Amino acid sequence: MASTEYPQGDVRIPAPVIGPGHDYRSITDKLVALVLTKHTPISWFITTTIAFMFVMGLIVSITYLLFKGVGIWGTNIPVGWAFPIINFVWWIGIGHAGTLISAILLLFNQDWRTSINRFAEAMTLFAVACAAIFPIIHTGRPWLAAYWLFPYPNAMTLWPNFRSPLIWDVFAVLTYGSVSLVFWFTGLIPDLATFRDQATHPFLRKVYGLLAMGWRGSARHWARYENAYLILAGLSTPLVLSVHTVVSFDFASSIIPGWHATIFPPYFVAGAIYAGFAMVLTLAIPLRVVYGVKDFITMRHIENMAKVMLVTGLVVVYGYFSEAFFGWYSGSEYERFMLKNRIYYGPYHWSYWVLLLCNFIVPQLMWSKKLRNRTGIVFLVCMFINVGMWLERFVIIVTSLHRDFLPSSWEMYYPTIWDFTTLFGTIGLFITLMFVFVRILPMISIFEMRTLLPEARTVPASEGGSH
Amino acid sequence: MAHDATTSSTYGLLAEFDSAQSLLSAAKQVTAAGYTKTDAFSPFPIHGLADAIGFKEHKVPKIILAGGLTGLAAGWGLEYWSQVIAYPMNIAGRPFNAWGAFIPPAFETTILFAAFSAVIGMLALNGLPQPYHPVFNAERFSLASQTKFFLVIEASDPKFNLDATRAFLAGLHPREVVPVEE
Repeated sequence: MASTEYPQGDVRIPAPVIGPGHDYRSITDKLVALVLTKHTPISWFITTTIAFMFVMGLIVSITYLLFKGVGIWGTNIPVGWAFPIINFVWWIGIGHAGTLISAILLLFNQDWRTSINRFAEAMTLFAVACAAIFPIIHTGRPWLAAYWLFPYPNAMTLWPNFRSPLIWDVFAVLTYGSVSLVFWFTGLIPDLATFRDQATHPFLRKVYGLLAMGWRGSARHWARYENAYLILAGLSTPLVLSVHTVVSFDFASSIIPGWHATIFPPYFVAGAIYAGFAMVLTLAIPLRVVYGVKDFITMRHIENMAKVMLVTGLVVVYGYFSEAFFGWYSGSEYERFMLKNRIYYGPYHWSYWVLLLCNFIVPQLMWSKKLRNRTGIVFLVCMFINVGMWLERFVIIVTSLHRDFLPSSWEMYYPTIWDFTTLFGTIGLFITLMFVFVRILPMISIFEMRTLLPEARTVPASEGGSH
Repeated sequence: MAHDATTSSTYGLLAEFDSAQSLLSAAKQVTAAGYTKTDAFSPFPIHGLADAIGFKEHKVPKIILAGGLTGLAAGWGLEYWSQVIAYPMNIAGRPFNAWGAFIPPAFETTILFAAFSAVIGMLALNGLPQPYHPVFNAERFSLASQTKFFLVIEASDPKFNLDATRAFLAGLHPREVVPVEE
């Protein structure tokens, strides 16, 4: 742990990742009580109700879509890829922070990840669930997706084309969703055992007991558990990088001006981490207040996440610059036209400048330590980034498509009310799932929090205890 | 304690400790004393504890490697078989066996199979799900998932003798030592 590398009282010792005065009992009781309590904060009911109304909107929108077809959307030709893929890429990107925090920061031995990894992983799952809705419904005929997407022996003896990045995407996203789920569940098992042992209601004891699968904290079990968990983190790290890389291939391997650029994979991955951290902060800042866990999610967490956001944001801005340079340096008439159209004379040029405001200008506030320590400001910056990352995909997709190679096929794109109800519906779904999650499962990893306590440190002992 | 008489239904003796450090040093002394059928329980992983009770197994990484290789073979096999043998389709003259394009899905299936073998392998080696275990009979054992540390010496251990083992455990400064029913 980083804090033991410096002598006592050294100014370089990082701020603690856990508030003072805690022991095993207080951590356990506090985190268990967030769920096993009869008193739910009133703000929980208000937020969940509002979010659930948007879920109703989503259900209505999808039902109407199935009834009428994709004509209810603003999607047209040439803008044949519009809101569904914008929303899909946006949600998948948001999901990335969860795995980054739980896997990559684990491998780098960053102890501050502990109190945020659980709900960041949950956020990943729910973001992937929201993302997955779009590829399924985007044709308006989801029942056909079965043989378009999945390689299964069907009556038509058809197989998907594995030379297409779209099918790579199916494999990447499904693998990502499944691996994130088992990673999250594996992390939950010891805490579910704690819930089983603390719950007083017999029904809850049964449910949590069933989920804990008889976990008893045996040293042999822990040894295998830690082994498996560490390797899972190692497997998730290249996986998370591969997912947005493959998503970027959907664009980069095509010949559409503005998409056909080699910078896309790293630029998309950085954008995903950027958006993901913004969303983790968007959730963490209100949650730590509402649930009173400021001593677990400390200012150090907020600051560190703000720093990661600043750095990845600058990588994304480098991507914007690089993209523009590619367009100019290609010498291609179409690429150069796309660039000028996107930046200053196209009908959507406003979106490019709002994008730069959201993703480039505003996040520069995070250079200041004073502002990083004001949660209101950090929250506001995150909101700008959430919008900015959505706009980034809007800019990439719509401005590249609405001016086709032939001026005769140029067309404007206007989203309809159904495009918006579907987008906001998934946001409602995300918030609903997130709020249900914090109500029924431990949102902070209890057993990992225990390991952060000073009394959890053991001396490997002189008597031949090295390993 | 209520059940002092040794019966065939005794699973073992359970000692409770207050700290991770005392459990770790107790585990080392128990192993040093020649006990082999022992186990230690803690509310979080303790480094070196598995070593201290003489547990040296490294099967999980091997299972994961096998799972990953299976995933790679399955993914690549599916791609080759469906694109080259079952449904060869000429798209812009690209080769049927487009190995470069086969890499991303095969990579994903490798990770998928490896990750699932990690979790399923870990659970299977641990014998989970296992709803019943004798240690759960001990009244205070529910604290093993919360705040306390436990060490058990099983009655099936060749060195086990109810009185001698109990005296030995008591010498390790536990909070208490209780017999556990089968």
